[in-house]
Amino acid sequence: MSQQLYLSSSPHIHSGETTAKVMRAVIYSLLPACGVAVYFFGPSALSVLLIATLGCLATEVVCQRLMGQPVTIADGSAAITGILLALNLPPSSPWWMTLFGAVVAIAIGKQVYGGLGSNPFNPALVARVVLLISFPVQMTTWSAPAPFGSGLDLVTTATPLGEWKNAVMLTGQMPAEMQGSMMNYFLGNMPGSIGEISALALLLGAAYLFYRRILTWHIPTAFIGTVILLSGLFWLINPEKYPNPVFHMVTGGLILGAFFMATDMVTTPVSTRGMLLFGVGCGLLTVLIRLFGGYPEGVSFAILLMNAATPLIDRYTRPKTFGTLQQEKVQ
Amino acid sequence: MSLKTFAGGIHPPDNKQWSSHKAIEDCPLPAEFIVPLAQHIGAPSVACVEVGQQVSKGDEIGSAKGFVSVPVHAPTSGEVTAVENRPHPWGTSLPAVVIKADGEDRWSTELQPADPSELSPDEIIEKVRLAGVVGMGGAAFPAHVKMSPPPEKKISTLIFNGVECEPYLTADHRMMLEEPERILQGVALLQYVLGAEQVVIGIEANKPDAIALFEKHCAGTPVEVMPLQVKYPQGAEKQLIAAVTGKEVPSGGLPMDIGVAVHNVSTAAAITDAIIHGRPLIERVCTVTGPAIREPKNLRIRIGTPLSHLVEVCGGLVEEPGKIILGGPMMGFTQLGFDVPATRGTSGLLLLRAEDVSSHPESPCIRCARCVQACPINLLPTTIAAYARRDLLAEAAEYCAMDCIECGSCSYVCPSTIPLVQAIRYGKAAILAKKRSTQVS
Repeated sequence: MSQQLYLSSSPHIHSGETTAKVMRAVIYSLLPACGVAVYFFGPSALSVLLIATLGCLATEVVCQRLMGQPVTIADGSAAITGILLALNLPPSSPWWMTLFGAVVAIAIGKQVYGGLGSNPFNPALVARVVLLISFPVQMTTWSAPAPFGSGLDLVTTATPLGEWKNAVMLTGQMPAEMQGSMMNYFLGNMPGSIGEISALALLLGAAYLFYRRILTWHIPTAFIGTVILLSGLFWLINPEKYPNPVFHMVTGGLILGAFFMATDMVTTPVSTRGMLLFGVGCGLLTVLIRLFGGYPEGVSFAILLMNAATPLIDRYTRPKTFGTLQQEKVQ
Repeated sequence: MSLKTFAGGIHPPDNKQWSSHKAIEDCPLPAEFIVPLAQHIGAPSVACVEVGQQVSKGDEIGSAKGFVSVPVHAPTSGEVTAVENRPHPWGTSLPAVVIKADGEDRWSTELQPADPSELSPDEIIEKVRLAGVVGMGGAAFPAHVKMSPPPEKKISTLIFNGVECEPYLTADHRMMLEEPERILQGVALLQYVLGAEQVVIGIEANKPDAIALFEKHCAGTPVEVMPLQVKYPQGAEKQLIAAVTGKEVPSGGLPMDIGVAVHNVSTAAAITDAIIHGRPLIERVCTVTGPAIREPKNLRIRIGTPLSHLVEVCGGLVEEPGKIILGGPMMGFTQLGFDVPATRGTSGLLLLRAEDVSSHPESPCIRCARCVQACPINLLPTTIAAYARRDLLAEAAEYCAMDCIECGSCSYVCPSTIPLVQAIRYGKAAILAKKRSTQVS
């Protein structure tokens, strides 16, 4: 036999799915949200997106070179971190802050732990929280959208969640009149971070990931379901003070967080029970922080806290091995 | 109505279209047969013929050694030319009887047909043992052992495996289409021996013709034909039982512990031959298929036929194969060449091209949990594999490594192409070796 003959133990066939393909699909799924952001916020959103993504790629190259490891930016994971970081930043973010965030995300959020697959926390969220604590002014300066062709300039304003929190802090009541309508919130015509504004665009991307079987329903459903139930409960108790569940869903980072951040495979549980528990935990913490915490938005903190709980959740939600459940019943 | 199945599993492309429509052909006899003495799980048999001796088709040439063992028979008439170690499908050289065919293909005169209604269950079991019948699904476990459970383990459900969930293979499918009576006679014999109240034939829904045929044949009989959802590894014993009965075989236990016995449909046919025709197991149906063979076929082959002969009968190679596999692509064994013989467990000879088997380099686990969702035993393959690769055997065992059935679903779905089942297989062997060494010392 002239040619090379492969010898190996079974299986001899493979699904053909690769990490790079999975990562590429995630990047595609984020493009609608990026497009909406550029439409509403113009060149400033585009520059944040570019700086964050290129910054993450460059940091990964530098880290891996320094450690003498093969450079793996082709797997797409650093690019995803960059895009997700940008989507979590205000459109008016200064370039140096965005770049600093990118370095933090990859160097401290990912490479110090050993790179892809080894980081306990979502790298983009680590960077966002570091920035939020380090640069509170820049990180909470929000712009009202100025859609492409409208001739408007970006003006500083509050996010819907911030608007509500300010009013509640001052008066203990809902604001008499919110600036936006639910439909505008849903489409993305509201102040907010680059990626969180359009629930519609995010859902479109998420639908693609479901179709590609990269997302499973467990975490997003448990997360959003818990937010709806818990915020609904408070709303029923006191609708004068607490906003309704739909408001919770379409404003702020819930959709972005539930479908794209809380579903990061590396930092979330592996069993279905674990995923459900993780989602419920994220939902509980989000509502508690939004309604009672110092920050108007709690999605990032909620996901990071649940990331920390992931090893514990994995330990206690280990699937029951086939043939052990009935044995226990018999004994 | 949704069809029954088990939890977990995968959907690889079944690739059965290469051979599923081709009727079984009798494979012409090769000039020389290499009959390995170890063809089944359990103790190998011992040669009972000498070089130069003339044998008839069906003569015993290897005697069983112990209870979990079966004799081996001459696949044709001819002369024993060697009793020596020969390359074996298991990857080493093992004892084999080499027979030069005389071309007469003359049956031994000692074989006697019997009327099963005059035989007791114990007599049937003994005849099955003497005929060398083993599980024909691929594992080749002696059938008589599964037919004689200890008296306290009553078998209430008897399941026949017509699933054939391995991609490419169509041998059982063709058997069901072409020889339903031969299978059903064996089904009746097994039901009589085991005294089972419920008899089910499980067939996956991708074989609607076989389902329809068996439903016709079984109408008005106690045998139930159960169509099952198409999913790998449904043909695995525990998964088939779960699909059919909804019950789980206890971890570390046997099907008989929950009153179930499973036999392959082709094993039932071999039992019919053994009892009604008095003929030992010297032939089986084997699917020769894959993109590298010119003319895929379902062949009725004699045990001991060299693979090179099968390739020749199927028109030769289209191109040099990248991988030679005995069995299916999910659980089959790769071979070094075509000089090894087909054994009783050879359900298929699969020839893949280099482009079909080249794999991506491994990358780190991204905890995507596809392996966890695919595992039919509910294990955490990525965790066990990580422990096994670091020789943390106690931890691997604690995560139930020994429960793994090695179906390979985890490795199939892994986007990081981590050799998960391969690492777990290594871990299992290391755990067993450690256990044995501590028992000895």
